[in-house]
Amino acid sequence: MACAVTNQRKAVNTLIAWAVGLLIFFPILWTILTSFKTEAQAISDPPVFLFFDWTLENYAVVQERSDYLRYLINSVIIAGGSTILGTLIAIPAAWSMAFVPSKRTKDILLWMLSTKMLPAVGVLYPIYLLFIQLGLLDSRFGMVIVLMLINLPIIVWMLYTYFREIPGEILEAARMDGANLRNEILYVLTPMAVPGIASTILLNFILAWNEAFWTLNLTAAQAAPLTAFIASYSSPEGLFYAKLSAASTMAIAPILILGWFSQKQLVRGLTFGAVK
Amino acid sequence: MATQSSRSAARLMMAPAVILLLGWMLVPLLMTLWFSFRAYLPLRGGDQGFVGFDNYVRFVTSSAFWPSIVTTLAIVVGALAICIIFGVLLAILLDQQMWGQGVVRILIIAPFFVMPTVSALVWKNIFMDPVNGLFAHLWRFFGADPIIWLSDIPVASIILIVSWQWLPFATLILLTAIQSLDTEQLEAAEMDGAPVLKRFWFIVLPHLGRAITIVILIQTIFLLSIFAEIFVTTGGAFGTRTLTYLIFQRVLESQNVGLGSAGGVYAIILANIVAIFLMRIVGKNLDA
Repeated sequence: MACAVTNQRKAVNTLIAWAVGLLIFFPILWTILTSFKTEAQAISDPPVFLFFDWTLENYAVVQERSDYLRYLINSVIIAGGSTILGTLIAIPAAWSMAFVPSKRTKDILLWMLSTKMLPAVGVLYPIYLLFIQLGLLDSRFGMVIVLMLINLPIIVWMLYTYFREIPGEILEAARMDGANLRNEILYVLTPMAVPGIASTILLNFILAWNEAFWTLNLTAAQAAPLTAFIASYSSPEGLFYAKLSAASTMAIAPILILGWFSQKQLVRGLTFGAVK
Repeated sequence: MATQSSRSAARLMMAPAVILLLGWMLVPLLMTLWFSFRAYLPLRGGDQGFVGFDNYVRFVTSSAFWPSIVTTLAIVVGALAICIIFGVLLAILLDQQMWGQGVVRILIIAPFFVMPTVSALVWKNIFMDPVNGLFAHLWRFFGADPIIWLSDIPVASIILIVSWQWLPFATLILLTAIQSLDTEQLEAAEMDGAPVLKRFWFIVLPHLGRAITIVILIQTIFLLSIFAEIFVTTGGAFGTRTLTYLIFQRVLESQNVGLGSAGGVYAIILANIVAIFLMRIVGKNLDA
């Protein structure tokens, strides 16, 4: 009896939750579906949901007309490069803060976080000017540096919270056995830290991929990543929904897949340990 | 115990990150401050010297300033209200027993991973277009005149787009908080005959207080600086010019660097006021 009631309640919960979930996901689903329609079907009234002539033509046209691959490569280089560089710089910093804390560690961590709170627009012109002076405007290298600096505080913080979970006694034991600092990091710490480092890289890759202030303002033809590629589709002219959808799907698909793996790290990464 | 040598090694290991961030913070900040006190128009006469607080006064007395503050507040408050109210409801829903919970979770989180330019463009064209948009089809189906979303109710439209992007984040944080709620307490209250609403009001909501505060602070910082959503949809027209967008236009579009920099200093101060509260909570948690 009790079991039946529970199951009934569970069924109701399931129904409501799926309805709400599909409603929230609908814009993404609809975009993906539209990308397989012809332009005429994409704007037909009433809209067609599943029963249309599926076509891959839009994808071919998008690649041909606006060279999607070049933007994709820029996105991969910029997001990947900034994340890897940031992680390499952050690992030693987070390591020392987690295992050799001093009185100032907390202040340094909070200060790093505060740099993340600076509104980008407040320093837009100085960065723009520096980029012109240094010849970095519209270069992949310049974007790698800027996005690395933007995400560095988050990378340090995430790594710090992961490293802190590693028991310090293990390091002391290694030290007793005569391991020097280099060996300690390489053979004791790293294997235990790999999952945390991987999650950090994953989330920050996503954040860098989707960054849409500096990528829009500091790139043009050469270094533009997918965020700028999509923005170039904002012309209001008529029949292009299916192509817009194909371009959008190609821009978000890689990240949606990575995102599914990183959903657990999202809370840790973006609340700086304030919510556990 | 850490030895002297490991301490200096630690300092050395921290140095690259600290120096880089220090430079990243100080150099542009000082430049913005410097420009904000000068009449600097790169395309019209260049740097015309020191003008004191002129730019600061002109920025707040320009006719675009107060509307931009109102728009900014409307977007921040509107999106926050939607994200908190629906976030709490969704978190409670996701906390229930059901089939396929993992899949539903993914469906709800997905919008967070969509890049801002894509979601702005998809909403603008495929949903909100007054002729071919899905909403227009829906309105016509019910015999109503389609709304011209981005010019009739532009701020509300942007709130809708931004809320869709940020609801997953709020839901996830609130869900994490709800899952740490002691279920025995709830069961005891249920046994004592407390109705659902009372249980929610006196047990669940107080427990979520801290998480809600954190959602408000973090999202405020991100919402204050939304850019792509406006850049792609209205380009700042129809009263959707936020403070961020106004500064962007002053600096890059009309190339009035002095004026824009003064605006930038205001934006930095505004963000810092919010940041101080957030840092306090984060700092307390570090001690624990």
